[in-house]
Parts: sequence; C-alpha cells; structure tokens
Amino acid sequence: MTAPKSMTIAKAINESLRTSLETDPKVLVMGEDVGKLGGVFRITDGLQKDFGEDRVIDTPLAESGIIGTAIGLALRGYRPVAEIQFDGFVFPAYDQIVTQLAKMHARALGKVKLPVVIRIPYGGGIGAVEHHSESPEALFAHVAGLKVVSPATPSDAYWMMRQAIECDDPVIFFEPKRRYWDKGEVDTSAVPAPLHRARVVREGTDLTLAAYGPMVKTCLEAASAAEEEGRSLEVVDLRSMSPIDFDTLQASVEKTRRLVVVHEAPVFLGTGAEIAARITERCFFHLEAPVLRVGGFHAPYPPARLEEDYLPNLDRVLDSVDRALAF
Amino acid sequence: MSVKSTAARSSRGGAKRRGGAGRKPELVQLLTPEGERVEHSEYSIDLTPEELRGLYRDMVFTRRFDGEAVTLQRQGELGLWASLLGQEAAQIGSGRATRPDDYVFPTYREHGVAWTRGVDPLNLLGMFRGVNNGGWDPNQNNFHLYTIVIGSQALHATGYAMGAAKDGSDSAVIAYFGDGASSQGDVAEAFTFAAVYNAPVVFFCQNNQWAISEPTERQSRVPIYQRSAGFGFPGVRVDGNDVLAVLAVTRAALEHARSGEGPMLVEAFTYRMGAHTTSDDATRYRLDEETAEWAAKDPIARLKTYLANEGLADEAFFAEVEAESDALAKRVREGVRAMPNPDPMAIFDNIYADGHALVDEERAQFAAYQAQFEGSEEGAAR
Repeated sequence: MTAPKSMTIAKAINESLRTSLETDPKVLVMGEDVGKLGGVFRITDGLQKDFGEDRVIDTPLAESGIIGTAIGLALRGYRPVAEIQFDGFVFPAYDQIVTQLAKMHARALGKVKLPVVIRIPYGGGIGAVEHHSESPEALFAHVAGLKVVSPATPSDAYWMMRQAIECDDPVIFFEPKRRYWDKGEVDTSAVPAPLHRARVVREGTDLTLAAYGPMVKTCLEAASAAEEEGRSLEVVDLRSMSPIDFDTLQASVEKTRRLVVVHEAPVFLGTGAEIAARITERCFFHLEAPVLRVGGFHAPYPPARLEEDYLPNLDRVLDSVDRALAF
Repeated sequence: MSVKSTAARSSRGGAKRRGGAGRKPELVQLLTPEGERVEHSEYSIDLTPEELRGLYRDMVFTRRFDGEAVTLQRQGELGLWASLLGQEAAQIGSGRATRPDDYVFPTYREHGVAWTRGVDPLNLLGMFRGVNNGGWDPNQNNFHLYTIVIGSQALHATGYAMGAAKDGSDSAVIAYFGDGASSQGDVAEAFTFAAVYNAPVVFFCQNNQWAISEPTERQSRVPIYQRSAGFGFPGVRVDGNDVLAVLAVTRAALEHARSGEGPMLVEAFTYRMGAHTTSDDATRYRLDEETAEWAAKDPIARLKTYLANEGLADEAFFAEVEAESDALAKRVREGVRAMPNPDPMAIFDNIYADGHALVDEERAQFAAYQAQFEGSEEGAAR
C-alpha cells in the first residue's frame, strides 16, 4: 500500500509506463525520440536508461513504420506502446491503423490478438505551429476494431494507461498535451474504474456538460462560474470515445434534462454529433432542449495567434449553456 | 545524375556481397528453361531424387489447384481469384526453403507458399468466396493472413522479425510482395527498419513483370534487387521460374537472416501468365508474343524435362502426380460448393478481443430485428 502522491499528468503516464515495463516483460515502448531524449514532452523520461534500448526503442522517423512494426511485434507476443509524436503526424500511419491493426483480430477469426497502444499527444492551446494542435479522435472512433480513450486527470492518466496496455485490443490513447503539467493525486494502489466507464465529476441539476480530455477542466471551470449565477451544472468526464458510456450519460441527462457536449475537435460529424443523436434517441421525452455542441469550426486548425478564439473556452461553453437553458 | 552513377555509388552497401548494383543484372540460375542443370559460383544445391520429385509434385498440385479456383470463379462459386499461374517455382522454391518455425507474411497470391506451409487449400478460398476475410489461424502454420493492401505486410514481417530477434530465437521471417509493391512507402519503411535493427527478415519480391496493367519500368528505374543497396543490405536476382535456384537462393537468404547478418532482398524474376485477377483482362495492355516467350520458360516443364532426361522419374510417376492433382481439385471443388454462408450474426464476431459496448448493443438490436422474421415467409427466404 502506497500513499497517494501528487504528480502531473506527464509524470503519471511516465509512472504508468514504468510500472507496466516492470510488471510485464512483453511491454515495449517505441517511437521517435522516446529513448535518450525521453520524448519531446519527456513522457518517457528515464525509461530507456532503466529498461534498455531493447525495450524502449528509438525508431526511424516513419510513422507507418512504427505502427506496422508494432503490429508485427504484437503478432510475435509483445505489447508495444507506440508513440506518435504529435496528433497531426499520425496520418502516415492511418493506413496501418485502419486497414491492418483494426481488422486483424476479426480477419483471423479471433485467433490473433493485437494489444497495441498508440499514444498521441493531442489538442491545442500550446501556441504551436501547424499540425501540432489537432484533435483527430473521431477519425479513430469511427473505425470498428479500435478503442479510443483520453484521460483528463493524473489519476486517470496513470490508470487508464495501465488498463490500455493490459487490454488485448488496439487502444488509441489521446493525451491532453496542454494539461500535461496539471497536477493531481494519484493512488497507485487504488482499484481503478473500468477503462470505458464515464464519470460524473461534478454533480448538478440544471444541465449536463459532457467532455473528455482537455475540455473537462474547461467544463469544471464553466460549472463553477455558472454556480455564481445560481445555475447547477453537472459535468460528465466521458474518458472513452470508443466505446462511449451512454448509460452514465443517459442517467445524468434524465436528471438534468439538458446536455451540452464540449470538445476541441470540429463539431461537424464529431463525437458530439454521435452523442447528440444517441442521447436524443435514448432521452427524447426527458429533454427540455436540443443537445448542443461546443467545439472547433469546419476550418483548418488556425495559427497560434487565433487559437484562443477557435478553442472552446469558459465563455463559449456558458454561451451554449445559456442557449440550452433558454429553451 | 545518371541512374548508373547512383547505382554505382550505392553499391558500396551490402550489395557488394551478392551481385553488385550498377552491373548488368545477373540472374542466378541452376536449371535452364531447356531443363539443363548448370552451376553457379555462389549458389549451389544438392537434392535427392525424392526431393526433386517432391518439388515437381508441389508445383503441379499448386497449378492444378489454381486452375480449379479460376474455374470455380467462372462458375460463380468464387467472387474473385488471383491466379499464380507461372509463379509456381518462385513460390514452391521459396516456401520449401523455410523451416516450420520460420514465419511467412504473404500477399494475396501466395497459394503455392501456403501449400508448402501445410495450409489447407480450402482455407484460402474462403475470402475469395466471400464467407470470411481471412479465415485461418496464422500461428497454426506460421503463415500470416493474406494481405490485400499492397506492401503493408512488409512492415508486419519486419516487426515480427524484430520480436524474434528479441526472443533470442534463430527463426527467420519472410515477407512476400510484388514489383508493384516495391513502390509503396511501407516497403521502403520496412527496408529501413529491418536494416537499422538488423532484423532477421527476407524480403522476397516476385517480380512478375506486371502490376495489373503497369509494367515494372513504371515502378523502378533500377532492377528491384538493387534497391536494397541503398538501405545497406544485399539483394540478389534469381530466375523465378527455376525452382532449384529459388530454393538455393532463399535458403541462403534465410540462413543469412537467422545467422544474425540481417535482412536480405531476393527478387524472383518471373512472369504472371494469367491476368491480375479473374476481374482483369490482360489483353488490353500486353502482347501475346511476350506471354508466349515466357511460356517457353515454364517452371514445371523444365523440371519435368530434367527429371525425365536424368531418369529421376518415369511416366508412372508423372501419371500418378496428375491423378493426385485431379483428386485434389475434386476435393477443392466439392469443398467450396459445400462451404456454407456464414450466419448473419457473424458480422459481430471477433471485432474486439475484450468486448465493446457498442458492438454488444448493435448485435442485440440486429438479433431482435432478425427474430421478427423467424417462422415467417420472409424468414424462410432469408
């Protein structure tokens, strides 16, 4: 039994990878610059020093190659955790992920397993250049055979990574890069919630805000601000985009009768669109207002000087809350 | 910079060991199209009469099975077939070079290699009939599923080989691909990964001269086997219609890999005698003269001539192989026709190993929908 420790999301993922490397000799960490450098965000800091170049592998600069060889390693019995350095760089590997990784278990009639975790730092808010701030999670959630998750807290970062590595299916693990340095308590001896279970992180009665990854914090701030105006908002951290825990969300919406979904990704055909459709179907007679979405526009991710205008923030969330409550 | 000087410069890489880049392409051959045994300075082979007859039997069986599959497609029993006609020696020679513990990553045309690995030919037909998308346990024969996306499997093979090396195993891996795939980024990335990690993988390219309608010249300005030089590992071109040379060269390449010397590229120079698939019409893009020229280099005919001339097999043997291949074709024909359509609920099988709430929900909904028709006329028609 160890006492809970305060650590950042970045450190929590590092600790999670370390524990997984320690407990399962088949776990490998691979990617560009993950070794000596410890990754451009230092998420893998110190792992190669302690586990060696055979298990913490600096790869050639070729994303399709990283995922394609991770598939081969998984077929051989390994559990590779592959890092894609930034969200916008995953697309050279998209073919391997979609046409090979996602389908192989089914094509083999269940005879082979593909326990591959793909870590992707994602989202904006860090003032980066093009291709370093995107949120492509819906493009992966749309593909059968993949699981897609994103933690919002250090504790979830630690436990969800452990669970993703132990999962026998491919998991796309989206890391909220602008929250990497947020701190929180991590209890490494706790019993974690199931990987794909949503969590009510703030209770309320007037409206439900649903979010995941970097937007959970934004929604919690919005709920605090709304409280000052006498409005009680419930916040649900979805944690998983494939599958989505609609039961937890449904229970919340049946109570609050209003739902606003918040994500950084463009709203058009995004995660929020699917949630709106399903919650409308499940909660039609409970809803007092249409399900509203707050997210990115149908535009390329803007240059850094405009990203604060593009990204959902407290005011944009509250604007949608007002609209939903006005029905 | 001319092509020649580029190649000459890159010949400082691994290709110096086996037939260098920049030189006129050399073809390793041990059995001429006329059925004459010839020797090669680097590659040799010494087989017993029984082994030689075995290679002949494998090739005849493979061709007979392949021809039967074409017929079954024409009869509507298969949706598609990708014929290997003309490539029997490349596949049987290389497949017979592998050990049981080696691992094979095929394209969708490796029916002969599958035969050498002990995969039941009927298993290969499931995806072409449309009853599954793969359909066998890859680990049963160390023969991975057919891969349709061109070149993807080269990376899987490389990753598998990296894993085998980590395990301290002396197993090797062989990745099959074609001349068209040599243009794919995944094949280039596989060469890079295999080279920098010194992975025990043999890249076996069957250059059958055509990628659907595009000739090899549309894929490469240099002979494909010279491509490996730029990545720092050796490449060799072998007469892909000479089963003895293919066997000898692939054995050496696998030995090279398993002894810790890293990857090697083998280009089996052969010819796709049929169309790309049963959906293709090769008369639209190539001349009969070319096909006739390659027909004279037929892989089975030359081994038969050799066996007969050397007194290693008699008429009774050839007749027996024919009869056995007919029996195989009959078994395949009957087996395919008896292959049932899968239950519609199979749509939801094996999508995830650890389950998925959405799949569970949709499965239940679809089952309830299907149940409405049970006992009704519509149900009977379904």
